[in-house]
Order: sequence, then C-alpha cells, then structure tokens
Amino acid sequence: MKKIQRLEMVDISKSFHGIPANKNINLHVESGEVLGLLGENGAGKTTLMNILYGLYQPDSGDIRINGKNIRIHNPLESISHGIGMVHQHFMLVQNHSVIENIALGYKDTPFFFPKVSIRKKVEAFSKEFNFSIDFEKKIWQLSAGEQQRVEIIKALLNGADVLILDEPTSVLTPQEIAELFSILEAMKKNGHMIIFISHKLDEITQICDRVTVLKKGEIVGHADTSDTDKKALARMMVGRDVIFNINKEKIERGKKVLTVDRVNILGDKGNMAVKDISFSLYRNEIFGIAGVAGNGQRELAETITGIREAESGEILISDKDITNKSPRHIYDEGVSHVPEERIRFGIAPGLHLYDNAILKQHHLDKFSKRMFIRYPRVKDHAKALVKDFKVAAHTINTEIKNLSGGNIQKLILGRETSDQPALLVASHPTYGLDVGATEYLRKQLLDLRRQGSAILLFSEDLEEIFELCDRVAVIFDGEFTGILDADDPRLCDIGMLMAGTKRIDIQDTP
Amino acid sequence: MEDIIVSVLFRTLVAGTPLLLATVGEVICERSGILNLGVEGVMAVGAVVAFMVTYNTGHPWVGVLAALIVGMIFSLIHSFASVTLQANQVVSGLALTMLGLGLSGMLGKPYVGKPLSIKMQNWEFPFLSDIPFVGEILFKQSPFFYLAVFLAFGAWFLLERTRLGIQIRSTGENPRATETQGINVSMVRHLCVIIGGGFSALAGAHLSISYSKSWIEGMTAGRGWIAIALTIFALWNPGRAIWASFLFGFIFVLQYLLQPLGISPNFLAILPYAATLIILLIISLKDHRKLNAPAMLAEPYKRGER
Repeated sequence: MKKIQRLEMVDISKSFHGIPANKNINLHVESGEVLGLLGENGAGKTTLMNILYGLYQPDSGDIRINGKNIRIHNPLESISHGIGMVHQHFMLVQNHSVIENIALGYKDTPFFFPKVSIRKKVEAFSKEFNFSIDFEKKIWQLSAGEQQRVEIIKALLNGADVLILDEPTSVLTPQEIAELFSILEAMKKNGHMIIFISHKLDEITQICDRVTVLKKGEIVGHADTSDTDKKALARMMVGRDVIFNINKEKIERGKKVLTVDRVNILGDKGNMAVKDISFSLYRNEIFGIAGVAGNGQRELAETITGIREAESGEILISDKDITNKSPRHIYDEGVSHVPEERIRFGIAPGLHLYDNAILKQHHLDKFSKRMFIRYPRVKDHAKALVKDFKVAAHTINTEIKNLSGGNIQKLILGRETSDQPALLVASHPTYGLDVGATEYLRKQLLDLRRQGSAILLFSEDLEEIFELCDRVAVIFDGEFTGILDADDPRLCDIGMLMAGTKRIDIQDTP
Repeated sequence: MEDIIVSVLFRTLVAGTPLLLATVGEVICERSGILNLGVEGVMAVGAVVAFMVTYNTGHPWVGVLAALIVGMIFSLIHSFASVTLQANQVVSGLALTMLGLGLSGMLGKPYVGKPLSIKMQNWEFPFLSDIPFVGEILFKQSPFFYLAVFLAFGAWFLLERTRLGIQIRSTGENPRATETQGINVSMVRHLCVIIGGGFSALAGAHLSISYSKSWIEGMTAGRGWIAIALTIFALWNPGRAIWASFLFGFIFVLQYLLQPLGISPNFLAILPYAATLIILLIISLKDHRKLNAPAMLAEPYKRGER
C-alpha cells in the first residue's frame, strides 16, 4: 500500500520577475500510472515540477495528496510526503562517491559512520531493481545512465511514491533508454506513480498512460496516449503543424577544406579524450559527429578552433597547418565556431548586443582603426545581423543577456557566418531551443552549405543529424565507431555505434 | 647538542600550535564553500579578549572561553554578509580582518605593558614527560597544543566519518544538489563560518595568554594569512594541516636559530612569509584539478534562482 493514491495540482501559478512561467495549471496523477508532461523548452514543465518538489513556492494554487491540501516549503517536506525527483541536470556531487551521495539525502542516515550502514541498505536494495553500480566509484567516473540510476536509488530509498523524471533520456544512449524504461515499468507495477517530463514525442507515446501538454506556461491539452497520435500531440505542443522534414537538395561536394590526421587530445581529467581520429571535410558538405555527450566531442571541437592543444597529430585548413595555433590565427584562416554552452563561451553576457556582434572580429579593419573601435560601423553591422537573422530584440543597445536563448543563438550564428567561413564548427547549435528557432537555424546551416562552406556539426540530436548531414561519424570514447554516408542503410544501427557495442570499419577518407 | 634539538623541536610545536588551530578552522569553513579572509582579524580579537578576561579574572580558562564565544559572534559578521546577503566573500573577509585588527588595538590600549600575573600553565604529564627526548618535547606543552592536535583529528573525523561532514563537503561542492536533498545550505555555511571563527579565536588566545604573557598590538603578525595559505597547502585536509602547520612552526623557530650566524634579524623575520609565498607558488604550478579545492569555494549560493 502506497502512501499516495492520488496527487493533484490545482490552479498553480508562478512568475519570475513579472514573467509568468506557469498559469493556472491543473493536473493529477494516480497510483500505478505514468503521466507525461509534454512541452517545448521554456514551456514551464520544469518550473511546475520544482514547485511540486518544494524548490519554488507557487504564487497561488494548491497541491493535494489523497484529496488533502498540503503546503510544500522545501524539498525535505516534499521527500517526507513521498515525492522524489530526478532532475535533468543530475543533482549529484561529482567529487563524492556513490555512497556519499546517497547518504547525503537519506533521511535515516546515522550521524556516525554513515557510509558503513548505508552501504548495506543500498546493496540489498539495488539487487531488487537490478541496478548494477560500483558504490565506491566517484560520480564523475560513472556514465550518464549509471548516474541516473543513482538518482533513482536516492529517491526510492527515501520512500518516494511519486517519482518525477525531468527529461530523463536527454543524456542516454538508446540502450540505456530501454533499460530505464524497463525499470519504470517495474516501478509502475509496484504501484508507484511517475511524472515523465519530455519534449520527445516518441518516448511520451511509448511509456506514458496519459499526457498533459504545456505551452508557454499553460495547459493546452490532455490526452490518453492510447487514443492519440504523435501528429496530434505535436500540433498541440507547437500550436501548428511542424514540418518534420526539411528539404535538403543534393549538392556535389567541392574542394577539401579540413584535414584531421591522427589527432590525440587530452581531456580535463588528464585522460585521453580523443584517440587517433582522422577525417576530411569538403566544401558544400555538412559532416555530422553524433554521439552521447562526453565522448570527446567538446575536446575535438576545441582543438580544431584553437582553444585546446592537441597532444599529437595534424589539423590542416586548405593544406595550411593550423595545429595548436591561436584561436585568432585559426579564425583568420576562415574557421568559425558556434560553441556549446552559448552563454558561457558564445557571448559576453553583460556587453551590448552590438559589442557581441563583432566578438573575434573587432581587430579587423572594417571595425577598428588603430586602437579605436569604429562604433558607427559596428552598429550598422549589428543592425544588419539582427534584421537578416530575425533576432527578436527591441534595440541593439540592450545587454545581450536580456535576449532569449534562441535569439542569442541566431545572433551568434549570424556573427560567425557573416564572413563566409571556409569551415564552420557548430556544437549542438539547436540545443535547448524551441521548434521555431531550431527550424530556422537548421535552414541557415543548409544555406551556408549551398553557398560553399564546409560545416562540422556536433549534435546529440539524431533527428538533426539525419536531417542535415551528408556524412555522419559516430564517436564513442574518443574514437570513431563508424563514418557513413547519410543514406547508408547501416546507419539504422547508430544506437549500437553510439554505445560502442558495434563498429563499422572505416575505409574513409580519400 | 641534544639540548638544542629538544629545544628547537619543542619550540617548533609551540609556534605551530596557533597555525594549526587557525588552519583547521579555515579548512572546515572552506569545505562548506565559504572563503574567510577574516582569520587574522578574528585571531586578533580572540587574543585581546582572552588577555583582557584573564587579566581581570585571573583565570586563563575563563579567558579562553570568552575568546571562543566572542570569536564566534564576531565571525557572524562574515557569515551574515556572505551567506545571508550573498556578498562578495573576499571583500567581506578583508573587512573583517581590518575591523578585527583595529578593534583589538583599541581594546588592548589600556593593557599595553602590563604582563599577566597568571598565564596558562603548560601541562606536564606524569611519567610520560620523564621519557627522555620524546617526553620533553611532546609532554610538557601548553594545553593549547593538545587541544589543537585533538581538534585537528576531530575535524577530520567530523568531515570524513559523520553525516554532518558529508553535508558540509557537499555544500562546498554542489550547494544546489545539497539543497535538493533537503539540507539547509545556509545553516550549514553559517555553522562552518562560526566554527571556523571559534578556531581562529583560540589561536589568538594561545598567542596572548600562553605563548607570551603580555599584550602587544599586532601580535598576530600575519599568522592568520599564513593559515589561509596553509589551508591550500594542506589540500583542505585537517590531517595534512597538522604536519603543514608544524613545518611552518619550524620555519618560525629557524629565524632564531640562524641569528647567531650573523644574518640580520630583520631579514630572518621575513622567512615564514617568504616560505608562504614559495609554497603557494609551488602549489599553483601543480595541476589545479588535482588540488581538490571545494568546487564552489567563494561562490555565493542563491536559493530559488534559476
């Protein structure tokens, strides 16, 4: 018998700095049920669940358990009511062991020698649900799937009857997703209720019993997954029909632009993050590198753009050696970069929009004369970018941090492509953007390809990879497990390639 | 010769005692993610309070207790600014040091040149202190020495073997994750700053009522700053703090040892500070990721922000 039979959220509203994130939300979950919470990024799903978990206080509205009103002031109260949450960004202490992380949140952890007694409990518990994890390992040594299991153990050990999973599959391989779903099925049979937050239609229809769709902080529809289809859900979520296929014309690839020859790169922890990777990239071509985050993509992108040094190997741009040259030197050779984590590496958040429009180009004659910036020209340039790339900003005089993620990304892409780069390195360019902005940015990449640039695209989003790329390489643990043409039928095994359980011999690249 | 060695080692432990106390306090504080640059100031306040109370009551232990309490309350300034107000911890810590040094100078003015009639007596352990060599070095020390070593082991046990320790360390590594586990991050940080302040005040008390028996303005002489450097040198580990502190204690003694060689005492006086500089230099050459500094050290944590 579970403590919670029915959980309701009634008329919940919450705003941040006057901007509403949730407006009059009503939803309910019952024992043994999986409720999907579907919506684009920024639709308010996470805010709503953080309210349920006690991290935020609602401005108005009630939470009811078994019909009784309760107030949840902090996570501790929420845990004691039987609510557990697995956050999208795992709430784990990277430098601590699995046991220490579990002991941190477990309510019956003894004061003295906590690790000893927790270990006994956890080992018994993990056998029941078939989690296989080394409890002595530090969190940073675990794969994303293992870290997620630690989070689930944490919640269940505290007696969670309701488990909230926020975008649980975003960092998992297809195999790991299957494992997660079988754990969820087992929990469902056990009488747990699960709230599954996602913007991926496939997963929602696969695992959920019912689905509630959020848009711009409001509920736009409820549905039973058994009598609805993906198209209908997508329409609800976006408010219009989404084009699921961008038309990509066939273009003959041109001259060779980038040569990467047997490159080895050290990662932050002193491990070899990229091992002996070689490939070439041509004009009019988009070369995709697919893989689960943390398999060497970031290191490779940073080395090509000059932010990180290669241990060995050679990188050539149009036959000129740029290995371990400075970022500016590499930029001047025609290599642009749309970095991952756009807020941290793509912009200077506190500077004006127009300053950000010329980062990396301020030294060029067209924007400066000796030590002075030519602001009239800079502003004209910024205005042109805002117009051409449909950046929604009232004025170019605003601090760029006031723009939304999608608009910041449009400006970055505009900036990086305004000089017709020979090569554009784009890392997760549409990560975290809404469907509208994503579609727009992808079209821009295809335009750039038509105009003759070579594009190296790092992405975890397979849909994006298939939509845009002419060739696809799959990276696992710093090595390519295959390089294939986008129409190669063997790409249906991409999940296995990403998990490193399969390899396709690389006969590429002439 | 043996006499000299015994005397040098004895004085090494004496000189290392305040460093150990202050370092362990700073380790606890920094493990929770709060950088406290106010150690020097709290130490000075602890020293003057211990001296004043001991002078007026005639009971050194009452002086110690008073210093401990005042030091903890005084550190509240830093915890209020850095935890409650989420202010810049460097600025707030520096303010605490300046305030503490100024305050101690003012309060101590009437006591300048008046030695204590009763100072903290060294403990002489029966039998143990009769052991040749070892006994003379280890078992005739000030109570502060035993307290410091005991507290260092205690702090290690607290951080590594208790639930509160996991909470403190997690708070310094990832306050948001810690909060989602239902732990009050602010309370943990307040607690650690206050405990750290208590340790600093004890270090100060050692200087004014055990190490010397008179009040001199500025008698902390930068030991608080050395303790902050030692925190890094000890890699935020109270166990390592023990030998790091006594190593520096030895460097303090070294200046007296080298004086007979005709080196200018003014030049020798810079030895501990020069050594601090060199050690920070060596540490900063090491791979930063292997230092294991608390990941969120000196980063204010704002609740409910996204």
